[in-house]
Parts: sequence; C-alpha cells; structure tokens
Amino acid sequence: MTTTLDATAPARIRAGAPAISLRGVTKSFGPVRAVRGIDLEVQPGEVVAFLGPNGAGKTTTIDLLLGLSVPSEGAVELFGTTPRSAVEQGLVSAVMQTGGLLKDLTVGETLRLTASLFSDTTEPADAMRRAGILAIADRRVGDCSGGQQQRLRFAMALLPDPHLLILDEPTTGMDVSGRRDFWAAIRQDAERGRSILFATHYLEEADAYADRIVLVRKGRVVADGTAAEVRALASGRSLRATLPGASADDLAQLAGLRGVDGCEVRGDTVLVHSRDSDAVARHLLTRTAARDLEIEARGIEDVFLALTADDDGADQ
Amino acid sequence: MTSSTTTTTTSTTTTASTAATTMTDGARANRPTPGLGGFNPTLLALELRRVLRNRRTLVFTLAMPAVFFLLFGVGADYAGRDAGRGNVSAFIMVSMAAYGAMIATTSSGAAVATERALGWSRQLRLTPLRPVAYVAVKIATAMVLGAVAVLVVYVLGALTSADMDAVGLWVATSVLAWAGAVVFAAFGLFMGYLLPSENVMQVLGPVLAVLAFGGGLFMPLEEGSTLATIAEFTPMYGIANIAHAPLTGDSLELAWVVNVVAWATVFTAGAAWRMRRDTARV
Repeated sequence: MTTTLDATAPARIRAGAPAISLRGVTKSFGPVRAVRGIDLEVQPGEVVAFLGPNGAGKTTTIDLLLGLSVPSEGAVELFGTTPRSAVEQGLVSAVMQTGGLLKDLTVGETLRLTASLFSDTTEPADAMRRAGILAIADRRVGDCSGGQQQRLRFAMALLPDPHLLILDEPTTGMDVSGRRDFWAAIRQDAERGRSILFATHYLEEADAYADRIVLVRKGRVVADGTAAEVRALASGRSLRATLPGASADDLAQLAGLRGVDGCEVRGDTVLVHSRDSDAVARHLLTRTAARDLEIEARGIEDVFLALTADDDGADQ
Repeated sequence: MTSSTTTTTTSTTTTASTAATTMTDGARANRPTPGLGGFNPTLLALELRRVLRNRRTLVFTLAMPAVFFLLFGVGADYAGRDAGRGNVSAFIMVSMAAYGAMIATTSSGAAVATERALGWSRQLRLTPLRPVAYVAVKIATAMVLGAVAVLVVYVLGALTSADMDAVGLWVATSVLAWAGAVVFAAFGLFMGYLLPSENVMQVLGPVLAVLAFGGGLFMPLEEGSTLATIAEFTPMYGIANIAHAPLTGDSLELAWVVNVVAWATVFTAGAAWRMRRDTARV
C-alpha cells in the first residue's frame, strides 16, 4: 500500500485541534430545518453523549460529522481537517444504528475486508477480541443476533484505531445484558484516550457512560455540561395534584408563583415544576380545591422532558 | 456516573498509560491514506468469494448456459453442419458463452442494488474506499465471473461436438464473447444504482433473456423480418455478431461496432449519472 500525502493538500490535521469542531452549523432539507445552528467542541479523550428525542437532529449532525452530508451553513472540522480527510486517514470511525453489513460474509471476512480498505489497521483478530466476537469469527453475519452484529460494527470501527469514535444510537434493539456488554467494551476502550461521541435517547446511558451530556432539541443545543450539571438544571421538584376543573386563572396564579418553571393541566391533574415546592404546595392546599398532592424530586428524566418538551416555553 | 469512571480508570491504569501515549503521538501526525482509492487484492478476492458462494448466481451464470449448450448444441442433427470455419455446435457454443458472460457481468454489476439496500455502500463511505475504486472492483469481479462462464461452455464444447478449423478461432471467439460482456457490466451497474431492490436480478433476468433473443443467441432471426430489424438496435446484437465473426468468416460490419459503442456509452453514462447521485454528499 503506497502512502500518498501531499504536503499542500488541505488534508493535514492540526496539532492541538479539537476532535470535533462544529461552528454555526445548520442543515436544511428543503423546508425542513433539521439542524438550526449547532456550536460544539469536543476535546481529545472526552466521552460525550448526544442526547435528544427522535427528530432532534442527532443523526443529521452525525452525518455531517462523518462527511456523509455537507452543512447548509457553518463549518465542520475533525482534528482541524475535513471529515472526509479524517475518514480517509482512519482518524474517525462510526458505529451506525442499523444496516451496513453484508449478510453473506462471515464476521471474520467482514473485518478482513474492512481492514483492507485502510492503509494501516489493527489486526482483525485483535478488534474481534476487544469487541467480544472472536468466538463467532466464522459465523455468517446473517446468522448473528442484533447484539452480535452491533459488536461487529464496533469491531469494524476499531480497525483503523481511530482517535474519535462516533456511535449513532448504538444499543437500539439490544437486550439489557447485550447493552451492558456493549457499553463495557466501549467504556474500556475509552480508557485508551479515544474521544467518543454517542447519540442516544436512553437517558440512563447518557448518565452512566458520558463525561459530558449535550442535550439537543429541534436542531439546537439546549444544555451542555457534565451529567451532574445537567441534572442541576432540574434543581426543583415536581408537584402533582388533583384539581378538577382548573381554570386558566388558576394556572396563571400558579405560574406566577416564585420559582415556578412550568405548569400544565392533564385532565383533572395539575403538574407544576418549581424550585420552591413549599410555596406551590401551600398555594394549592390553601387557595385552591386541590387534593392528593404529591411532591417528587426531579431526576435527569425530568430535565430531559422539560428541555426537550415540544412546547415553545422550553425554547431558549 | 463519576464513581463508575473512577473505578474503571484505576483497574486499567497500566494498559491505558501505554495506549494513551501512542494515541497522543498519533494525534500529532498525519496518517497515510491508501493508494488506488482503496482498491486492493483482499477486497477483490473476498468479492469473488462472495460471488462464487452464491448458489443462485452459479446456477444462472454457469449451469444454465452450459445446460442450454448441451440441450441445443450437442446431438441434434444440425450440430455437425457447416457454419463457416467450424460447425453449428461451435456456433451455439459461442452463443451460450456470450449468454453466460452477459448474465455473469450483469448480475455482478447489479449487486450494488443489494449493497445499497443493505446500507453497505453507506458503510463503505466511512472508509477510505473511493466510489470509483468500488466500481472498479465490481467490474473486475464481473469480468472474472464472465470468464468462468465462457470457460465452462468452451470446455463442454471441446469435450463434445464443437469444432473449429483452428485453435486461434477458439481463442478469438471466446475473448470477444467475454470482452463484449463489459457492456453488460456497465448495464448491471446502471440498473443496480437505478433500482432500489434487493432482488434486482429477478427483474433483470427476463430482460436479459429478451436481449439474448435480440442478439440471436437462442435462434437465428429470420433475415429481413421486422423482428430482425428491431433486434439490430438491441445491445446484444453487436457483441453477438462480432464474437461469431471469426467462426462464420463474416467481415466486420460497421453497424455492429456502432451498436456496441453506442450501448456501452449509454450504460456507462447512465451508471456514472446514477452513481454520482448516490454518492453525492447532500
């Protein structure tokens, strides 16, 4: 295999450049604005969860990162170079959600084929061992379970020994133990100093495996920080009470209370999110006909719901 | 989550430290990219193995033309009759070789439809492999399978009743029948990029049979008939005539060459157009 690297080509990576740099990136498909302006930097070694509901623009952003599509506006750089150049140098690889495998090849053949496409790779056997599929090297891909296929995709992604690994909803369709094994392999791998960005809509995955959570909604970043920081956004509590026939006036009064982040009515139930739950509880029990009051601490789930809820009140 | 991070870190400190060093060094250096756009012998060998493992492909490309030859080219009373510089059996052998090569190259080209449907082409875009190199591998695979298809029929012909005046005629007719099939590799690629199907050959099989009729591979078309006139414009017509010419002794006609060049241009342009659409970054 020959080495062809032109010194004048824009294909050179920049020392000290972030693993990922998205600046003012937007992406529209006709009238649909899938990504509406994302700025994101990921440093080498970071494990980042890209968390958001379906349709938030996660997969579109990942396609942009991998050079599978080009942004409508803004700039995408990996290690200071273009995504395509990073792919060609084996600096970035990805585990996609579904597909991307030939059913008639065996696991081992798939890895040998993929390895042959790069100028320098780790041994297929080594990649299989790290992905935990060495024992099924001779199995036809079409005969593998969903979890085994996903670990095969992971092994394929490991072949070029990338500095950045991108995973798009990697555990979709896996059972609990498959998911745990998969993450154990990823987590162990991350210790080697690789940057990892994974898209997920499983909150517990983001919480358990990421150093940093980037919450996206409607093509924008709505929160970015450590799991603890993101959880702290939900420093308040949730209150739920039965209040038959709650009027718009009742709601307006509740919303006007100190510390209330939001309130809504579902049938006979009112739901209030507040940083001062005592004030809301006192109001509900003394000024309204509310009964069956429940107060709960908010978890990351509630932050997720609050920040990604499909109402304009949550827009930032 | 912080606690889980710390525990795993301590357990793998030793391996992590060495790996981290290489990783940091690597991050500063540019890495080489493969030559030839990723085209390589391993890829070609695995592609061939896939084709040869596919029982369906083997039946249609190797077994069927061979059986047709044995049914129609051997034993019948016309088989021994004169066909110019050889016998009719040899004429039918060339026809069936061209037919086999046509199916072989079309199906190999059309395999991109399956690979697109499976998301494999998208997966390949996450590797250094260039689309042109991918197509080159497909064409190379198609031509190897085409060569096997020709060889099978020719071996059967040699073992049975096919007869030509000189060894050179065997070589000339087989090489022409084989080389002409590259037009159908382009046809297969065009269809493979055009049709979003996992079973594209189910559509193309009957089409190929009709085109083979047009080329007079199954039976000679009555000269001067409307059918024969239409057939002159179908893509197998030129190839079939050129491949048979050394045997029949016919001199090369311009119309045959024009036919081959025209269809080769149409299919290549079509394949290139669809491929560009498919691999375009949108």
